[in-house]
Amino acid sequence: MKQNEAGVIVKVAGPLVVARNVPNAKMYDVVRVSGEKLIGEIIEIHKDKASIQVYEDTAGLGPGDPVYTTGAPLSIELGPGLLESIYDGIQRPLDQIKILSGDYITRGVEAPGLNREKSWNFAPAVRAGDKLSAGDIIGTVQETPIVVHKVMVPPGKSGQVTKIEGGAKKVTDIVCVLKDGDTIHELTMMQKWPVRIARPYLEKLVPEMPLITGQRVVDAFFPVAKGGTACVPGPFGSGKTVIQHQLAKWADAEIVIFVGCGERGNEMTDVLIEFPELKDPKSGEPLMKRTVLIANTSNMPVAARECSIYTGITIAEYFRDMGYSVAIMADSTSRWAEALREMSGRLEEMPGEEGYPAYLGSRVAGYYERAGRVKCLGSDHREGALTAIGAVSPPGGDLSEPVTQNTLRVVKVFWGLDANLAYARHFPAINWLTSYSLYTDMVDNYINENVAPDWSLLRKEAMRLLQLEAELQEMVRLVGLDALSAQDRLILEGAKSIREDFLHQGAFDPDDAYTTIKKQYLMLQTVLSFYYEGLKALTAGIEIRELLTLPVRTNIARAKFIKEAALDTFTSINQDLKQQIALLVKKQETLKEALNA
Amino acid sequence: MLKEYRTVTEVAGPLVIVEKITNVKYEELVEIEIGPGVYRRGKVLEITEDKALVQMFENTQGIDPAGSTAKFLGKVMQFPVSKDILGRVFSGSGRVIDKGPDIIPDKLLNINGSPLNPFARDYPNDFIQTGISTIDAMNTLVRGQKLPIFSGSGLPHAKIAAQIARHAKVISEGAGDFAVVFAAMGITFEEAQFFIDDFKRTGAIERSVLFLNLADDPAIERVATPRLALTAAEYLAFDLDMHVLVILTDLTNYCEALREVSAARKEIPGRRGYPGYLYTDLATLYERAGRIKGKPGSITQIPILTMPEDDITHPIPDLTGYITEGQIILSRDLHRKGIYPPINVLPSLSRLKDKGIGPGKTREDHAGVMNQLFAAYARGKQAKELAVILGEAALSEDDQKFAKFSDAFEDTYVRQGENEDRTITESLTLGWKLLSMLPVAELKRVKEEHIKKYMPAGGGE
Repeated sequence: MKQNEAGVIVKVAGPLVVARNVPNAKMYDVVRVSGEKLIGEIIEIHKDKASIQVYEDTAGLGPGDPVYTTGAPLSIELGPGLLESIYDGIQRPLDQIKILSGDYITRGVEAPGLNREKSWNFAPAVRAGDKLSAGDIIGTVQETPIVVHKVMVPPGKSGQVTKIEGGAKKVTDIVCVLKDGDTIHELTMMQKWPVRIARPYLEKLVPEMPLITGQRVVDAFFPVAKGGTACVPGPFGSGKTVIQHQLAKWADAEIVIFVGCGERGNEMTDVLIEFPELKDPKSGEPLMKRTVLIANTSNMPVAARECSIYTGITIAEYFRDMGYSVAIMADSTSRWAEALREMSGRLEEMPGEEGYPAYLGSRVAGYYERAGRVKCLGSDHREGALTAIGAVSPPGGDLSEPVTQNTLRVVKVFWGLDANLAYARHFPAINWLTSYSLYTDMVDNYINENVAPDWSLLRKEAMRLLQLEAELQEMVRLVGLDALSAQDRLILEGAKSIREDFLHQGAFDPDDAYTTIKKQYLMLQTVLSFYYEGLKALTAGIEIRELLTLPVRTNIARAKFIKEAALDTFTSINQDLKQQIALLVKKQETLKEALNA
Repeated sequence: MLKEYRTVTEVAGPLVIVEKITNVKYEELVEIEIGPGVYRRGKVLEITEDKALVQMFENTQGIDPAGSTAKFLGKVMQFPVSKDILGRVFSGSGRVIDKGPDIIPDKLLNINGSPLNPFARDYPNDFIQTGISTIDAMNTLVRGQKLPIFSGSGLPHAKIAAQIARHAKVISEGAGDFAVVFAAMGITFEEAQFFIDDFKRTGAIERSVLFLNLADDPAIERVATPRLALTAAEYLAFDLDMHVLVILTDLTNYCEALREVSAARKEIPGRRGYPGYLYTDLATLYERAGRIKGKPGSITQIPILTMPEDDITHPIPDLTGYITEGQIILSRDLHRKGIYPPINVLPSLSRLKDKGIGPGKTREDHAGVMNQLFAAYARGKQAKELAVILGEAALSEDDQKFAKFSDAFEDTYVRQGENEDRTITESLTLGWKLLSMLPVAELKRVKEEHIKKYMPAGGGE
């Protein structure tokens, strides 16, 4: 490359490099820095100086080193081969990097996002002569046993098919040619898309289906909709990552994108080891077959961390465009915000709250707004949904900090994690009093229609008991348990049973980790019927003490371990409960009669 | 021939500015000669045009801008490693200080290391038995984990760390080659000497590498100390296939040194004056623990930090907790009650425990016993709090049992001798003995078949 085609570095400060006279510098264009061709992105232009955030370690760079422009914004490759991959923040496959550079990530390694060598069996879905518009499906590839990859006409292109070819194809082979007036579009199975721009759709729709996660506290109390947004803030050790992993494992989304953003390396390894082994409850295939992982661990370059959530959501949007229900989990968005803060500090921008840049709120909102249920591009008007779930790691567990607050402003579901619950090993440590979901009514309707008509009644009743419990606890703290009426004691016991026997769920127990809605309903019903039957017994004059020692209570407590195949067990538990209480009442009556006589 | 610059223009705290430089690179190592034969080292922190901002690794005392020469060495800071580093003592900036010969290097390694590819990592799942019940049974340590001790001034964290170093073993197989890398950052001579004496007494010193930056050594040297230690650890673990236990103490002093550099650079501070990149910086230390696929060695880290005013929301413990795989928290209350080790089990956590326990690793009932002990102790503590206000008579019958349980738990389970090396079976058996104080209907976290199998006779009515 000739000297005059390159800019020259004048300043290096950590991941920030300032270069002079970068030819055709445009905001957010990708540049290649120094002889090693490190990848960077222009994030500020000041006269002839461009500030560049470099996605790799900048040690060894110095003034005088060249900077080359590519003239294109940061884009990723979309096509068959995404699933089962693990990428870094700028879509370089980590398994390829390991082959190229060994156990440690060295810089300047280049590897394409999609495997160029692998052939896929492309099955055309259109014929020569068909008129296609952007988003239309030209053919399919069975990417994994559970996912059919739909190859689409990229946004902005349309025309009449002049040639279409099926069979074994590589991602770069031309499979379809479109003629649009005088222009000819040659389509491959791969398209590129700039990560910072949301992929287009026809129309946004309001979510109307729950995302069933198998997590009882989530599905029953704080459900999230397909196409909805949720956040999980909590101090360290409260189980954010376990919840994110549980959702990634069990949520009934067709595609799952998991972004490890500035988190632990071992956690990504855990996912990498576990997901290929875990079976999807519906298809029986390994979960990895529907998963894409983005790993930018905390010790990897900070600028690439900033980018990783955009890479993730762009891949998610791409699958949504095929008409799938996609869920993206980002763990943790706080680390992403910190990366923003670090770059902002190095740019010497005026800081907003706690040193975060003033545009933090709009960036957060911009990210979550890319979620949603949409009518996709394409003439078949298929629908796709993208659910975004973000973990937030507030410093010191203080929810008033800027990242949490900006997130709460845009998301519809808040799962507030509670350190005290975590200390008592109540997992998932989602606090039932502070959390909320704005989708409950919609989800209630859905479950009432599809599972049981009295679902919403049970749910509201359970919530009421938990609320009452909190109030009564205050009183107990002042006056002691003995001062409570028998009815109030029963409320406490009922609420305790909801907490321990329903809400508490072991992520590592094979029978307990995932609960179907049907079983959730039965569990909730059983737990509540103890309260209702107990209430009747109390009116009949039974002592609360006797109710609390009923043998059936042990069975209720162990109901969570009942296998999905043996749900009849609940009927017998309910029968036992009624029988045992009836026995108490009968004994009481005989006693009364004896006294009267 | 390296250029020598006589253009040192500014010295401010740990920072030095050299002007009119050419061809200097970011992160390059700098050597400043402040007098005949006296050298101080630093690295390039920022370069703007022909001006380099240098962060010194060593004391800036005595630097006279006019009389100093700066040499840019064209490489980043490296540490010479070979098998001979075992048994040696280095200063906080990596110089030999045990009067022995210099190390003849097998390799020169960049002290910053490189990020380990998550794809190359092997998941830590070998149970390490430390001999301490509250760790082994309840907050299990596994090989390749980073598990910090959150302590406070005056608490016996040093004793606990030394005890772990002494007793730690993997029970599933032969011990393998074991080594300890110890990095002291700003701790007192006495505390450092305690570790050295303990290592000497047990003979561990032969298998140890020590890096000492004591309280009276220059604070800025501390920024390099843990990196040197981890470089040595990586060499021992992944080149020499050893199982390395790294003890870093005290991280609070390290972070303070970092803050000093940041303040000198006039950076916009994050919380409590610590730099905004403290999380990333700490991550580059902690994430160097782990195992690599296909390599037998491992690095297990036990960083120790003292929480200022025992405040766990302070940025140092807070950010540490977000990076490390759990934490062991010491409690001043337990310490006052005379209980050693004063490990506060409720907020303590080992995130990797679930992968290191269970059948084939420890015992089938381990997970259940652990969860039950946690839940019961939490309930007992709650009951006791209630009893403080209302008197014990106001507690329900069950709650009284739980309160009694929590006392017994602290007294016999948490408390153990400094040289008492409990096996995991002993710890679990003791756990069952304590659980037998409680009504069996309340034992919801343990499986029924395990109750039948392990509950001592006469327990749990």
